[in-house]
Amino acid sequence: MSENASTAVKQASDQDAAREFKQKQRKSTRKLAKMRWQIYLLLAIPVIYVFIFNYLPMAGLVIAFQDFDYSKGIFGSPFVGLENFEKFFGAYNFKQILTNTLTISFYSLMTFPIPIVFALLLNSIPSKRYGKLIQTVTYIPHFISTVVMVGLIFQILNFRTGLYGSLYQMIMKSTAPDLLAKGVNFKHIYVWSGVWQSTGYNAIIYIAALSGVDPSLHEVATIDGASRLQRIRYIDLPAILPTVSIMLILAVGNIMNVGFEKVLLMQNDLNSTYSEIISTYVYRVGLASGVNDFSFSTAISMFNSVINFVLLVTANFISRRTSGSGIF
Amino acid sequence: MDSFKQADRGDKIFYIFVFLLLTVFFLLVLYPVIFVLSASFSSGAAVQSGKVLLLPVEPNIQGYKIVFNTPSIWRGFANSLFYTVSATLAGVSMTMITAYGMSRRDLPGRNAIMMYFVFTMFFSGGMITSFLLIQSLGLINTRLAMIIPGMLSVYNMIIARTFIQNSIPEDVLEASKIDGCSDIGYFFRIVLPLSKAIMAVLVLFIGVYHWNAYFNAMLYLHEKKLYPITLALKEILLSSQIDPATVQDPELQAQIAKSADIIKYALIVVSMVPILIIYPSIQKYFVKGVMIGSVKG
Repeated sequence: MSENASTAVKQASDQDAAREFKQKQRKSTRKLAKMRWQIYLLLAIPVIYVFIFNYLPMAGLVIAFQDFDYSKGIFGSPFVGLENFEKFFGAYNFKQILTNTLTISFYSLMTFPIPIVFALLLNSIPSKRYGKLIQTVTYIPHFISTVVMVGLIFQILNFRTGLYGSLYQMIMKSTAPDLLAKGVNFKHIYVWSGVWQSTGYNAIIYIAALSGVDPSLHEVATIDGASRLQRIRYIDLPAILPTVSIMLILAVGNIMNVGFEKVLLMQNDLNSTYSEIISTYVYRVGLASGVNDFSFSTAISMFNSVINFVLLVTANFISRRTSGSGIF
Repeated sequence: MDSFKQADRGDKIFYIFVFLLLTVFFLLVLYPVIFVLSASFSSGAAVQSGKVLLLPVEPNIQGYKIVFNTPSIWRGFANSLFYTVSATLAGVSMTMITAYGMSRRDLPGRNAIMMYFVFTMFFSGGMITSFLLIQSLGLINTRLAMIIPGMLSVYNMIIARTFIQNSIPEDVLEASKIDGCSDIGYFFRIVLPLSKAIMAVLVLFIGVYHWNAYFNAMLYLHEKKLYPITLALKEILLSSQIDPATVQDPELQAQIAKSADIIKYALIVVSMVPILIIYPSIQKYFVKGVMIGSVKG
């Protein structure tokens, strides 16, 4: 019985099976599926869960094309076609919100190489103990929650009582300009506090990839007279390139999902012209204000998701073509 | 592998350069943390006049006294603990069940089911429709709203699946089959006991996520008595100060106005302490988790 099963396993998993076996295989697949009913039973739990909590909300996107009325429900509300999308594209602040979203996300994407450089340098220093210490300390900020992180930014950058204010006072002998009151600074504060918080943690994956580099490559290169910098360029960098391209695809695929939670917390009246992004706008229109225009805000959020998805697929396609590795 | 002494001149200069660069970065990360710690132990007046730069000035624990006398903080801690423990338990169970099913190469239709899960990583219904779903399920303003949504992270599931596939040889499955073990029995008797390492990683990933989360609570909870610690922190750190009326001791009430800043610093420290305490023991698991995740499976 079990022997039959294992041959069937091999047959089922062997994709290059010859044609004449196909008929037989189809039969054994069905038999195999029947034998695996317990696994299907286990998998039914997450499949149903994901259906309810992920796919039902996707189906709910239909309200973006409706004039949704809570009392009538999804099935009773009238369809209005693309009206909600047109309303968004025609809104007075559409251009500003889109510009803010793109500015902040591309600015964040520009800092993508920092953890890579950090990992390469950390990997190259001769004192392993010092390297471990740096590594350990630079992970810590990753565990600070968004709420505390934003509180920390506000406290540190306070122009009177914060670290920034005190240092400025000491060096320049005058009161510091208020960085937080100027909306233009929003993107810089957002992006660089992110670099401060996550460089160490984001570098882990590259450090892990670097630890897999064969040391004999380095030995040979050293004998041939390669400098450390050349060894980084010709040994270390190519070794982590596949990891880099996967991380880059993921980063591009998330480009429209600017850290919504952090932006929302950092927002105030002083910087809202520079800090209102698509997702915070969705929240404001749909849930935070008294208006609760569900259809309109769903249309905006759907616009965001679709762009995001297209970007991801494009990035993956380009990576497949150029480097041969992709996420799907 | 690399040694400074044996390096030639060019490399020595390079090493010194790297050393300086990394040290600068190291200090940039460390300094704000030390500053917050020092400021939290200083007097309110010293912080407000900008005297604190590295070490505490006029050391005292006023800030901590006020923080620990604020009921909303204690309640928030208790709530967060409850949410984190239950959501982590539920999340790890769900992840392991899914990962096990997806790790079985002999399962017809495996790829299709995998696509079904993976698609949700890249496309979602968004905030509004999820909110409407939670509302129509009647979960608004209940503790369940903090536990049920987000029980399955597909990313974590892929990590766990990769681990199971790589660390438990297929021979074990065949051997257990011969001994008459069922597929569910194999999961409980073999897979779970052999997956302790990855389960530790999952507990940490999911636990930290829930401990730090605030947005779902903001959306789904209305009553303050249900608030997790992050929302309590948000009210104090970002909106206003501690409302003096909620603190019982009249002497403390008078102090609060003066020490708004050190209260915030003390709060930041208090909220970081739980993680800093367990941090050294969990660090290696985090690294391991990220490394497993980086292996494409």
